[in-house]
Amino acid sequence: MNNLIIGQYFPGDSYLHRLDPRSKLISVFILVCIIFIANSWTTYGMLFLFTCISVAASKLPLRFIYRGLKPVFFILLFTFIVNVLSMDGGKPLIDYGVIHITSGGLVFSIFITLRITIIVMITTLLTLTTPPISFADGIEVLFSPLKKIKVPVHEFALMMSISLRFIPTLMEETDKIMKAQAARGSDLSTGPLRQRMKAIVPLLVPLFVSSFKRADDLAMAMESRGYRGDVGRTRFRELKWSSSDSIVLVLVIFLVTALILMRIRGI
Amino acid sequence: MKQKENPIIDVSNVYYRYEKETNWILEDINLTVYQGEWLAITGHNGSGKSTLAKCLKGLIMPEKGTISVLHWDTTDKEKLWDIRRTVGMVFQNPDNQFVGATVKDDVAFGMENSGIERQEMLKRLETSLKQVRMFDYVDREPHQLSGGQKQRVAIAGIIALEPSIIILDEATSMLDPEGRKSVMKLMRHLNKENNITVISITHDLEEVIHADRMIVMNDGKVIKEGKPRDLFQSTNDFEKVGLDLPFTIKLRRCLKEKGLEISDNALFEEELVNELWTLYSTN
Ligand SMILES: Nc1ncnc2c1ncn2[C@@H]1O[C@H](COP(=O)(O)OP(=O)(O)OP(=O)(O)O)[C@@H](O)[C@H]1O
Ligand SMILES: [Mg+2]
Repeated sequence: MNNLIIGQYFPGDSYLHRLDPRSKLISVFILVCIIFIANSWTTYGMLFLFTCISVAASKLPLRFIYRGLKPVFFILLFTFIVNVLSMDGGKPLIDYGVIHITSGGLVFSIFITLRITIIVMITTLLTLTTPPISFADGIEVLFSPLKKIKVPVHEFALMMSISLRFIPTLMEETDKIMKAQAARGSDLSTGPLRQRMKAIVPLLVPLFVSSFKRADDLAMAMESRGYRGDVGRTRFRELKWSSSDSIVLVLVIFLVTALILMRIRGI
Repeated sequence: MKQKENPIIDVSNVYYRYEKETNWILEDINLTVYQGEWLAITGHNGSGKSTLAKCLKGLIMPEKGTISVLHWDTTDKEKLWDIRRTVGMVFQNPDNQFVGATVKDDVAFGMENSGIERQEMLKRLETSLKQVRMFDYVDREPHQLSGGQKQRVAIAGIIALEPSIIILDEATSMLDPEGRKSVMKLMRHLNKENNITVISITHDLEEVIHADRMIVMNDGKVIKEGKPRDLFQSTNDFEKVGLDLPFTIKLRRCLKEKGLEISDNALFEEELVNELWTLYSTN
């Protein structure tokens, strides 16, 4: 319970770790959008290369990236197989009963799989190198223009940071309640699924009740410390935009322009 | 001696209830708190102590009567935030008042709300955390802290706001004796050195004997008020309202019942010891 990592943040001091969350968020957003423009070996190659360079710049052990990909491994495989079997084009490679595999279909499937892999890799990289709290800060600042049209951006970011702060507390509490229920003979770990689901109810109810009590207390404590929404508030946590942030953005824009041009030229 | 004649909070004829047409939770409360004093409020569960504290801080408004803090009426909307800044409050549950993701974020939270400049925040962050001896933990997350440590962080968050009054609402009841002792020591230091007025709400009469003045509440009323030494002269009333007497007082009473001639004055263990060993030498 003590070495619990919220989200997946892995502390470090690499180029990527030092970047401002805003530049990272913008870059990832642009990259995830732009990936749909890629449609050739060159363009996918470029994107993949960019991703690999980013991974290198994060100085993270590769197994962390692998760990991020593992949950989607099945989806990747599934997409690949479905696409290989259903897409047509180019020369037929295998024609065996119901299985038709064509060269065009194969290439297309590889692209799709690569696309998902790259998306997962860069988002994993984002969460691995950004502390959740900076993440919330970055989102608050990036979306702050929306405050003008009364979108509760500040409240949303505060909600995010408070939920993050309470995750370990609630985990501890769940653990405690689980032990308390186990002491009363409830069994969560064995038996048929239906029975186990049923055993979860007496776990959730006290958890909910205590969460509401907590929320109530917390609201009182916040108000008593002078919290009154986004009025006349200063910020303690600072976001610092440095030259490396600008460089990264320029690089991303450069990549995007190159991709668009290549798509138009059909490279 | 520091001056304890300047009233800082004035409560007169206050009535409060959470819902209309029910019994009063606070009934005709009259109370003056003086600048720089240590006031203890005690009473059984549900006697209205926390409710009174919330009134003093302007978190709830009395239905009848007035409360003024530094001559500001708590019903004055324009002064409400000044009042909340003047009165700091530490709550019972250390977990449910920890807002920030880390110790420093939590201490900064109140300062952010008051719109304090970042440079000033950093300065106060350091001094307040050093005062509660938690500066080494500045980057820790709440789940890596013990209850007592969280409570100290909460206190640091309050002193960073430089309030004139700190209300401790059973702030030490979830701590072990060691944690309790160190928090009380810290508060006493703040009370003496920084001249912060302390209102300490507690069931623990052991803690109360150190106060300058105390009030006892019962069913929403103040039934006793005065110096602990005076109030503990007669012990029956405390037991009548369901409070457990401090060890010294109990011992004092037992010894008297055994026929020893002991005065009703001894409050601290040391005083009782002194009385005991001089008992026969004076006779
Ligand atoms: N939010 C609320 N809504 C309705 N009734 C409440 C609320 N909070 C407290 N009460 C009631 O007001 C009365 C006084 O409660 P209060 O919390 O002030 O007592 P207390 O002296 O602080 O007790 P404790 O020693 O248990 O903290 C209790 O009878 C309680 O049931
Ligand atoms: Mg209470």
